Amino acid sequence: MIEGILIGLTTALTFQNIFMVMIGCFFGTIIGMLPGLGPMTAIALMIPITYGFDPATGLILMAGVYYGAVFGGSTSSILLNAPGVPGTVATSFDGYPMAQQGKAGKALAIAAWSSFAGGTLAAIYLLFLAPSLSKVSLSFRSPDYFALMILGLTAIAAFSSKGQFIKAMMMVVLGLMLASVGQDSLSDITRFTFNNMNLTDGISFVLVVMATFAMSEALTIILKRNDPTAAAKQVSLTELGSIKIDKEERAKMLKTIPRTSIIGFLIGVLPGAGATIASFLAYGMERNLVNDKEKEKFGKGSVHGLAAPETANNAACSGAFVPLLTLGIPGSGTTAVMLGALLGFGIQPGPRLYMTNPEIFWSVIMSMYIGMVVLLILNLPLIPYIARILAVPKNYLIPLILFFSITGIYVMSFNNFDIYLMIGIAVVATFMRLYDFPMPPLILAFVLGGLMEENLRRSLLLSDGSWTFLWDRTLTACILSTTILIVGWQIYKTIAKKN
Amino acid sequence: MNINTTKIISLLFFIFSAFYLYTAYQIQVFAFDENAPFNARTFPIYLGYAGLFFSGLKLILPDPNTIKIEHKTLEYKKTGILVLIAIIYGATILKVGYFLTTSLFLMGSYYFLGERRWVLIFMLSFPFVAAFMYLLHGVLEIYLRDPFLKLIGVMG
Repeated sequence: MIEGILIGLTTALTFQNIFMVMIGCFFGTIIGMLPGLGPMTAIALMIPITYGFDPATGLILMAGVYYGAVFGGSTSSILLNAPGVPGTVATSFDGYPMAQQGKAGKALAIAAWSSFAGGTLAAIYLLFLAPSLSKVSLSFRSPDYFALMILGLTAIAAFSSKGQFIKAMMMVVLGLMLASVGQDSLSDITRFTFNNMNLTDGISFVLVVMATFAMSEALTIILKRNDPTAAAKQVSLTELGSIKIDKEERAKMLKTIPRTSIIGFLIGVLPGAGATIASFLAYGMERNLVNDKEKEKFGKGSVHGLAAPETANNAACSGAFVPLLTLGIPGSGTTAVMLGALLGFGIQPGPRLYMTNPEIFWSVIMSMYIGMVVLLILNLPLIPYIARILAVPKNYLIPLILFFSITGIYVMSFNNFDIYLMIGIAVVATFMRLYDFPMPPLILAFVLGGLMEENLRRSLLLSDGSWTFLWDRTLTACILSTTILIVGWQIYKTIAKKN
Repeated sequence: MNINTTKIISLLFFIFSAFYLYTAYQIQVFAFDENAPFNARTFPIYLGYAGLFFSGLKLILPDPNTIKIEHKTLEYKKTGILVLIAIIYGATILKVGYFLTTSLFLMGSYYFLGERRWVLIFMLSFPFVAAFMYLLHGVLEIYLRDPFLKLIGVMG
């Protein structure tokens, strides 16, 4: 492992890669601060640029964007009570009251230090856990992978749908259907191409991500007459106050951070759960663990209440890399986008990545840590200035998002058809967003579609067409039981709501 | 029965799934693969049924979280114009070239979204696209075909 860490450090600490982390964190912070534009949009917009670099650098850039976006989301939560990303909603519970008391700078510093500590501890957990998990996951067979993907898709549908599980499952099916367009991987038979040569290779992953996130978010902003930059304009005018943390506050943070980092990391590892659930769980757990005097301060500017969700959401971001790096199965929409980008580089994440491309595996882990340092040193003091840059009117912001989306597709295919297809998907996605059809399940399903079909093919061929492979192995049966429990619980909740 | 838009979307999805399933059954497979446990049409067929199942479920089950949208408050006109500009951009980018079409696309979008300061509109279109093009073409070595720049002799 020491050798791996050194390989990772050597790759991550080159001038180019440090610069990329800095650019990524900066860009991610800007996007994360804009309510409605989350890490997935930020990463999607970056994908075409990453193709100009080697895979390790590209992935390092995307990891920087990811952490920057989460940090940016916390900033708007604290200063404006307007979370940029769902994972930072719990941060506003105590961060915003603190800012209202004239301690905005302190609240930002607590959030930044907690994020740093949470991310650092999670990177350490990942450092030790990922190689061991990679070895364990080598024993996974096709039926286990197939069951695990079903679990991941069901879980993301359950957790990302705000009580609209069936809508989310419809999006999962739609994502899988889109993934099935093009040549069958084994027989090369074309499917759903309707004799259109442009569809023979299937629909590009970048196209779907750009259409459903970047482009449709831009169209939604115009359609709903929202102004995401209004929040940023207010941030630039806010008096932040001191960013110093006193001894008593430090002591409180030292108690909260270790326990909530574990909760955050474990939730992040679970497929589909992610930063939002981790931050809410950590907030709730912390409230139960502190004494009565501290408990009363929750919701009124508690240090524990602010440190807990911030630690957990950053730890969860690192945890979400575990299934991606060890099994090759992304646990969240954001890591699904990263998987798609990796596949674009010709790299298949999974248990063998650790052996075949150690520089990528370890440099991603190391760059996470470097990203945390960059966020702490550069972004915290620069927040008011970043916010000023952000105060660009939406008249400029929206065309620029559309420009990056269309350019992203154009430089990949040099094809009009792909641009039309992207616009078409974006229009449909914009309309579906209006009616709360979630997009992350669609992306995850689209990325996993090919792998899922491949594993189902192998499983069915090995069992001679019998579906008994689903319960022949204990591991498969356990994963499938968990899936059935999630589906059953969600359907029960829907019926109970009606009654 | 009061049909809301979510139910209409579900109905459309149901019809789409039925069409997808029909098309899945039409996929031509090799003769020796016809009765194999798994062939090119197996997975799509399962997906078609899954689509019918979930959209059917959404149609049948009550919808406790009915979403009501005030269509009058939505900005359909500007969104439509923006989509139209994007389509025109897509249609001309290959023939005219990246630099000119992208700059005009940006100028048009800024203008239709309400910007009237021409200096800013210009600065954030032509010079911005030139700088971005240099980044892609010159620094990252991503090839950008541009007949317009070739015509005026800027690009080889």
